[in-house]
Amino acid sequence: MEHIIIIGNGIAGVTAARHIRKNSNKRITIISAETDYFFSRTALMYVYMGHMKFEHTQPYENWFWKENRIELMNAYVNKILPDENKIEFEDGSHLTYDKLILATGSIPNKFGWPGQDLKGVQGLVSKQDLLQLEQTAPNNKVCKRAVIIGGGLIGVELAEMLHTREIPVTFLVREKGFWRGVLPMPNATMISNHIKEHHIDLREEEELKEVLSDDNGHVRAVITKKGEEIPCNLVGLCAGVRPQIEFLKESGIEYNRGIMVNRNLQTNFSNIYAIGDCAEQREPVGERKAVEAVWYTGRMMGEVVAQNICGNPVKWNPGHWFNSAKFFEIEYQTYGWVWNNPKEGNDHFTWNGNDGRSMITIEYEIASRKFIGINTFNIRMRHEVFDKWLNEEQTIDHVVYNLRDACFNPEFFKEPYHDIKSQFSNLLTN
Amino acid sequence: MSTYQRNMALTGEPPKALNTGQKVGSAIGLFGLGILGLSIFNITFPNKALWLTISLSMIAGGIIWFARSQYKNTQPGIKNNGVWFKSISSRGLLGWLSAVGLCGFYIVLYFYPQYLGQGSDGAANTGLIGLFDPLSYLLKGQPASQWFVYGVLYTIAIISFGIKFLMKYRHNRYERLRTYSVMFFQTAFAFLIPEIMAGLNGDLPYYDLKNVWPLNYYLFDQWNVNGLLANGSVGLTLLLWGIVSIFVITPILTYKYGKRWYCSWVCGCGGLAETAGDAFRQLSDKSRKAWKVERWLVHTVLVFAVISTTGVIHSYLGDGSKYWLSATTFLIGVAVFLTLLLAFIWIFKREELKKDAKFGAVGFLVIILSFIAMHFFSQTDALFFFKSHEVRSTYGFLIGSIFSGVVGTGFYPIMGSRVWCRFGCPMAAILGLQQRLFSKFRITTNGGQCISCGNCSTYCEMGIDVRAYAQKGENIVRASCVGCGVCSAVCPRGVLKLENGPLEGRINPQDVLLGQDVDLMDLLKK
Ligand SMILES: Cc1cc2nc3c(=O)[nH]c(=O)nc-3n(C[C@H](O)[C@H](O)[C@H](O)COP(=O)(O)OP(=O)(O)OC[C@H]3O[C@@H](n4cnc5c(N)ncnc54)[C@H](O)[C@@H]3O)c2cc1C
Ligand code: SF4
Ligand code: SF4
Repeated sequence: MEHIIIIGNGIAGVTAARHIRKNSNKRITIISAETDYFFSRTALMYVYMGHMKFEHTQPYENWFWKENRIELMNAYVNKILPDENKIEFEDGSHLTYDKLILATGSIPNKFGWPGQDLKGVQGLVSKQDLLQLEQTAPNNKVCKRAVIIGGGLIGVELAEMLHTREIPVTFLVREKGFWRGVLPMPNATMISNHIKEHHIDLREEEELKEVLSDDNGHVRAVITKKGEEIPCNLVGLCAGVRPQIEFLKESGIEYNRGIMVNRNLQTNFSNIYAIGDCAEQREPVGERKAVEAVWYTGRMMGEVVAQNICGNPVKWNPGHWFNSAKFFEIEYQTYGWVWNNPKEGNDHFTWNGNDGRSMITIEYEIASRKFIGINTFNIRMRHEVFDKWLNEEQTIDHVVYNLRDACFNPEFFKEPYHDIKSQFSNLLTN
Repeated sequence: MSTYQRNMALTGEPPKALNTGQKVGSAIGLFGLGILGLSIFNITFPNKALWLTISLSMIAGGIIWFARSQYKNTQPGIKNNGVWFKSISSRGLLGWLSAVGLCGFYIVLYFYPQYLGQGSDGAANTGLIGLFDPLSYLLKGQPASQWFVYGVLYTIAIISFGIKFLMKYRHNRYERLRTYSVMFFQTAFAFLIPEIMAGLNGDLPYYDLKNVWPLNYYLFDQWNVNGLLANGSVGLTLLLWGIVSIFVITPILTYKYGKRWYCSWVCGCGGLAETAGDAFRQLSDKSRKAWKVERWLVHTVLVFAVISTTGVIHSYLGDGSKYWLSATTFLIGVAVFLTLLLAFIWIFKREELKKDAKFGAVGFLVIILSFIAMHFFSQTDALFFFKSHEVRSTYGFLIGSIFSGVVGTGFYPIMGSRVWCRFGCPMAAILGLQQRLFSKFRITTNGGQCISCGNCSTYCEMGIDVRAYAQKGENIVRASCVGCGVCSAVCPRGVLKLENGPLEGRINPQDVLLGQDVDLMDLLKK
């Protein structure tokens, strides 16, 4: 029986395993050094906030693995020996595979800041990070202030987490406006304001220069680019993530930022695949980035690699981009592409609900009026409908006038669609 | 990779203490409860009406004060911070203590009302029940009973915790409307109207208009039917209303809106679970095993309810001279009705039943029919070897008192707020069957947006593993879903929407989710 080894028990690896099991009888082993069982990384914040216990983040009950004949191993893989089809563990033991899937995920970015390895300086990616955070920042007596570096999705989650324990937070963001590298200005400004409303000390256009140590090698303060010294007990490094690939160094598997894969998700060894956060596309698809560290991409790659392994070669060719997040109380969804500044020949239409929470921004092509993408804030939209509109290459006019068909808000919610339409019509007539 | 080796426990001490306002609120509420407590020990209060008013206002006021202090400095949004750190809501010491206290209260209420001061044989009430006499006289001109006391406390709980829930979910209109609805139905339909009607028609049995058989298992008991009929057209109307409720209104509304129209908008048990029980919803068991137990248990109770009611009605119908329907016709009618019902389900919905459901359905029908047959041929009052009234009183004891009261509410802090609704309620079983098979209601999942975080499953009071469906892009069509809408509210990615829609495509298992390669999706759909 063919033996499939999967390194990494995150969404990518586990989806691959599930689909391989659905389509075949192959022997499947999943290896991870992080946890015994698959858990949802995106839910780490809810454990710290007391919404859930850690076991609630596990999407499958423990019987699931045995019942589906998926073997689990908790071990760290030190090395890969592609010529012998073997992997080597920390203790020197080996395991042989017929096909290998690398789904090793990410680690937090560090940019060589002085003091970045001090105690009390950490990212928020793994379960171990969560446990460490419980030690460093259990409450506001132990942790009198936290400084978060980097205005991305994990940074705002960390801010919300600390906020629930009433720990004062200073949040350093490089751009003017939160997540401005991705969000158009009106969106970014609204989120910035919302973060500040939660008494987060948000510092825009500010960066980390150096982390200062106390006598025990623990962080004491940070110094910012503008030269301010901010005393703190925790530094949250949230300036993005990068693929976790150090253990591949001498394996001969090609990598750049991530593990290089072709459109079939194969590495330079035909029986080794890479999926999820750790993979880098040799030929990125459409407007997508070469490395996409998002949940959905990991899942979809898992689905595709399973087909390839089960003798049904398919290319990685994902559909329209979509994503979602939550900034404190503001839910965000996006379908298609909305760039932080409209692409050449495009423009943005923005509707503002003026309640500090709800907004939509649509990107469209000026000449053809083709709809390119939408950002929505606190208005839930139906994925299926936008997927259809994008396939049909609808115009912005069609989208705005039929927005109600895409409504996914709970029943009885106040509907903003009429207001959106009238603002849009006013723009057209002016 | 040294961090992997480090073995640390989650030792955080997040702020979970009460703020000053919450402490004041608790003190006020406990003081109000304390007055009731003292009255149990027969401390006589000089002016009962005054002390009762003080006590009840303090209980309600304390709860509302507590809620206000908890939410006033927060922004509208999900409020589950610290739920799993607090002793009361995470099966800690406080949780267990309150469970013991609640169970104790129910046992005394159901079985030892004399300790609460219920006067028997015409003696005046004393103690706690005596304290409620003034209110009872005001409403219906009769002394209070243990059920009156319970009714008042129950209504106060739904109203004050309802107000708390309204503050907690002030950003969500579905939750708000639903809560106004349960508060209204409890206050008007379960409490004021029946009590006042009883006052106007001295001997009219208590009739909660929204309580449908089989939840209201004594509806067809002889004393109740006679009591209703003795009250002329009012009583007859009520009896007919009871029959129309279960055979006409319920099926229509459940078809259009799912069982939620009843379970989380109207029902009193549901009302208490959604308000006072809200703090405990996360404690329901989500395991596959619990689901299995649930399916067998709740349907067994339903069968028990059907047999018990059939037996009871049969036992007093006689030859038809008294009630226009004879016992024989009645039995044949029930047997034919049940057989037709099952045949109908079998013919139209067989594919949608799980294997054990088919097995169970046939098994249950055989049991019921054999009971009826035995009954029929023996022509005595014996059901099997029990007497009908024994079956009925066992039902009343086991299901009506122990299950719905002691376990159902007493176990809130241990097994979550819907133990009764999920494992025991025969009404929920009927509505659930219909919801699964003949209803427009479903919870739609939003394409590929789920991140498997688990908030929905954690906060589903019915113990449905919502995430298991959502992460597969499959709609949730489950018999037990009461449509409380909380899964949709807590989802941080806007994945879930409760809605009524066409029957076609309602159940939609998917292999690959939206957002994937279009060709691959087509390939797998083949
Ligand atoms: C706090 C947080 C919030 C997020 N929220 C969102 C969100 O809302 N939406 C979204 O789309 N994305 C979100 N993401 C990103 C998303 O979680 C990731 O893209 C996704 O989890 C990646 O899955 P994966 O399977 O590729 O890798 P991972 O889930 O990272 O799994 C990789 C596993 O492999 C193990 N491993 C690595 N190397 C070895 C080795 N040599 N030996 C043994 N085991 C090894 C790792 O320990 C890890 O357990 C979030 C991420 C974080 C950290
Ligand atoms: S449906 Fe929503 S709450 Fe449930 S697991 Fe998915 S993202 Fe989380
Ligand atoms: S599935 Fe959702 S709506 Fe249904 S009972 Fe559970 S939480 Fe409520």
